[in-house]
Amino acid sequence: MIAALRTARNRELVNLVLVSLLVVTGFGAVFVARENAVESSSLSYAALFIALYLAAHVVLRLTLRNADPYLLPLAALLTAVGLIEIYRIDPELARDQGLWIVLGLVLFTAVVVAFRDVRRLEQLRYTCGVAAVILLAATAVLGTEVNGARLWIRAGGYQIQPGEFAKVLLVVFVAGYLRANREVLTHPARRLLGVGLPALRHLLPLLSMWGAALVLLVAVNDLGSSLLYFSILLAMVYLATGRWLYVGGGVAVFAVGALAAVQAAPHVQDRIDIWLDPWRTPQTTGYQIVQSLYSIADGGVFGTGFGRGFVLVGDRTVIPDAHTDFIFSVIATETGLAGAAGLLLVYLAFVYRGMKLASLADDGFTKLLAAGLSFALGFQAFVIVAGVTKLLPLTGITLPFVSYGGSSIVANFGLLALLLCVSNHVNRPAGT
Amino acid sequence: MNARITRLYRAMALAFAALIATCTYWQVWAAPSLEARQDNPRLVYRELAVKRGRIISADGITLANNRSRQANGRTIYLRRYPRGGDAAAVVGYSSVQASRAGIERTRNDYLTGANTDLAGGVERLIDTVQGQTVQGNDVILSLDARAQRLAIRALEATGQPGAVVAMEPETGRILVMASWPTFDPNLVDRDFASVLDAPDAPLLNRATQGLYPPGSTFKIVTAAAALESGELTPSTKFAGGRCVKTQGPDLCNAAGEVAPDPNRLDDALVHSYNTTFAQIGEAVGQERLVEQMTAFGFFVPTPIDYPREQMEISGIYRRAGRIADPSRPVDVSRVAIGQAGLLTTPLQMAMVAAAIGNGGVLMAPRFVDRVRSPSGRLVTAPPSDEIGRAVSTATARTLADIMRRVVDEGTGQAAQIGGLDVAGKTGTAQTGRRDASGRPLSDAWFVAFAPTSAPRVAIAVVVEDSTGFGGTVAAPIARDVIEALL
Repeated sequence: MIAALRTARNRELVNLVLVSLLVVTGFGAVFVARENAVESSSLSYAALFIALYLAAHVVLRLTLRNADPYLLPLAALLTAVGLIEIYRIDPELARDQGLWIVLGLVLFTAVVVAFRDVRRLEQLRYTCGVAAVILLAATAVLGTEVNGARLWIRAGGYQIQPGEFAKVLLVVFVAGYLRANREVLTHPARRLLGVGLPALRHLLPLLSMWGAALVLLVAVNDLGSSLLYFSILLAMVYLATGRWLYVGGGVAVFAVGALAAVQAAPHVQDRIDIWLDPWRTPQTTGYQIVQSLYSIADGGVFGTGFGRGFVLVGDRTVIPDAHTDFIFSVIATETGLAGAAGLLLVYLAFVYRGMKLASLADDGFTKLLAAGLSFALGFQAFVIVAGVTKLLPLTGITLPFVSYGGSSIVANFGLLALLLCVSNHVNRPAGT
Repeated sequence: MNARITRLYRAMALAFAALIATCTYWQVWAAPSLEARQDNPRLVYRELAVKRGRIISADGITLANNRSRQANGRTIYLRRYPRGGDAAAVVGYSSVQASRAGIERTRNDYLTGANTDLAGGVERLIDTVQGQTVQGNDVILSLDARAQRLAIRALEATGQPGAVVAMEPETGRILVMASWPTFDPNLVDRDFASVLDAPDAPLLNRATQGLYPPGSTFKIVTAAAALESGELTPSTKFAGGRCVKTQGPDLCNAAGEVAPDPNRLDDALVHSYNTTFAQIGEAVGQERLVEQMTAFGFFVPTPIDYPREQMEISGIYRRAGRIADPSRPVDVSRVAIGQAGLLTTPLQMAMVAAAIGNGGVLMAPRFVDRVRSPSGRLVTAPPSDEIGRAVSTATARTLADIMRRVVDEGTGQAAQIGGLDVAGKTGTAQTGRRDASGRPLSDAWFVAFAPTSAPRVAIAVVVEDSTGFGGTVAAPIARDVIEALL
């Protein structure tokens, strides 16, 4: 009887209930700090949030009964922390973010229904590849420049960041491509100067992707995204072939490209100077990172509590872009080292579940897809957190599921849906 | 491929471990030094979380209190000055934009409760632990808010910048310190530019930072040096006339007046004969004159609980902004009548009057009467400090008698108060400037104490660039303020 209740979906439900507790207390804390009273109307945010995730849960019950029970609650936890802090910064932004989550769930449901059998995606690999290139090219051509980097396309009253979608599409394409060409890449027929090299037609897609990432770096001036794409590519090539030649070659090409970018674009050199010593210009170019570090330090071990950190002056945030790139700094302020480390461990747990699926999967495409998607998510989180903590130069990318932003939220829900589809396939009962 | 997946996961785990290590570094290791950095806005924010104590005048008027506001889930306190510019020179300001000035600066520790006795420390600790607002101590000044307002209005009425300092001779308690033009300390955070750009530099406290030639009021100091020398007495006679020869150009009496020949030292002070005091200066000599000035507190920063950067030193200035070594030779006959590069603050001249009124003993001026904890307990009541003896009791009594004659029959008759005897001295120091219609401009002075026999008030008044005289412009202000204080 009890054993029968221990299904994946029931476990997921229990986990979601645990997340709901955090959501209610988190929102409650912000309300109390804001208005000195908990209003019944204001708790509707928490209720809406919980309802959305329960809807996702029901979708999974109906479609992917055997999907991993931890991925959705982990994503819910990340979204919850993000939404609480966004609400804390500006309730109107939180309302928009709620809308993005709804859109994300629409895409989530569509993906889950369309790709219940995730292997169907493999046939679409070139479509995905072309779509990714079109999205990135469109950004480069139509994009508007923000902070020296061209990441956004304005459409109507909203801004779209196509790079976020391109990231997911790229993983699908690379997984399909590598699965098809794995053998020739790993054991090339021809040798050049004692090094095995596959035929150009097998190598060309790989080289063109490196090239695209470099173009992105130089032309679009977006160090963060190009680093992300490049790393996804290298990680997946390494997984597929195990050949350090490709990894080393890729790193070398990227290093040369980055050096060229530093020479060509003063913007990149500035970023590095700011990274080396932000306190040389604490009021101008170094302002953001200096304020970020002050905020993080202010959190101490246990934080100030939700809604009680020094985040706002009047109605402006102390750190510019606190709701997008610097959301981690705000979380570190209000939840301290305990919360910051906890958040990072949630990402790591997500990556762990994804990698675990990859190792359990029985075909190359699914393996590469699962590993690639979870690496993409984990590495993106790493790059932005390393940026705001001054471990690496700052690059403007979002913290997946946490940062404010429609493109980021919707794209990452797509990523989550794909991982869940993979897990449903991997965890299917024997004999079916 | 699974081995490589594991390796990739381990690399990822390592990267996240590095992030946690970095967070630990910032949040634990580097946190204290980051928190203490001057450009960290949290410093100001933390201070705003403390409910600063009030600043209250001796007659119970609140000069500074707080208005509360919600920010980031906490109550912060912004300073409010109900009396506006009335006491701005003394109280100063505590602001986000421009740091602090005045008593808000020097008594910041008491006002924030940071520097209290053991009992206060315990109260504060309990507040902090309970998450309650930390409340600072109230500071009660010796200032008389009513007389202070009267002084400000009187200065305003002259249409010229100026200052009034009144103190209690026996204790050094400052009763009035007014500087005109004044500024509204409520504007410092709201619109500091308007304060900075206002004409005639209202942020300058002319009572402590204004350096003026003291003119004839300095003859009190010269007379004191003469009497203290033991070689001259009030009846010592000097040659009269219109002018006398000196090291420099001839030195003449004001308005072409002819001094009787001979005339006595005491009469010369009553009628303010420059010619006689030039001779007294020569007779006393530079060394003894400088010694007497030092005894009155010249040449050093006045010891008072007021920001050093808001004070100037009284003394002999070689050129603008450079005080001279008093042992270098000066034109002593011109210094003796308060000229030749001699510049004093109104506070210094009030101290001269106070010392004579106090039987020759100079008290350190002070602003704070009591510090009271939020619960009403007395935290501290600073005692009166003696700087030292400026003149002998006998000299002080002699000078007081002569100064009373100045008001009774001499140049200071405008300071007479019915039923009260006032001792004073006028001064009209030529500035060398002229107004639009070519009339010469002077700094009009009056220093006084009252009642003569047992003074409760010593006062110095200066009005800048006046076309009138000390006896006509400054003396009536002194009279009104003394009347308000007694």
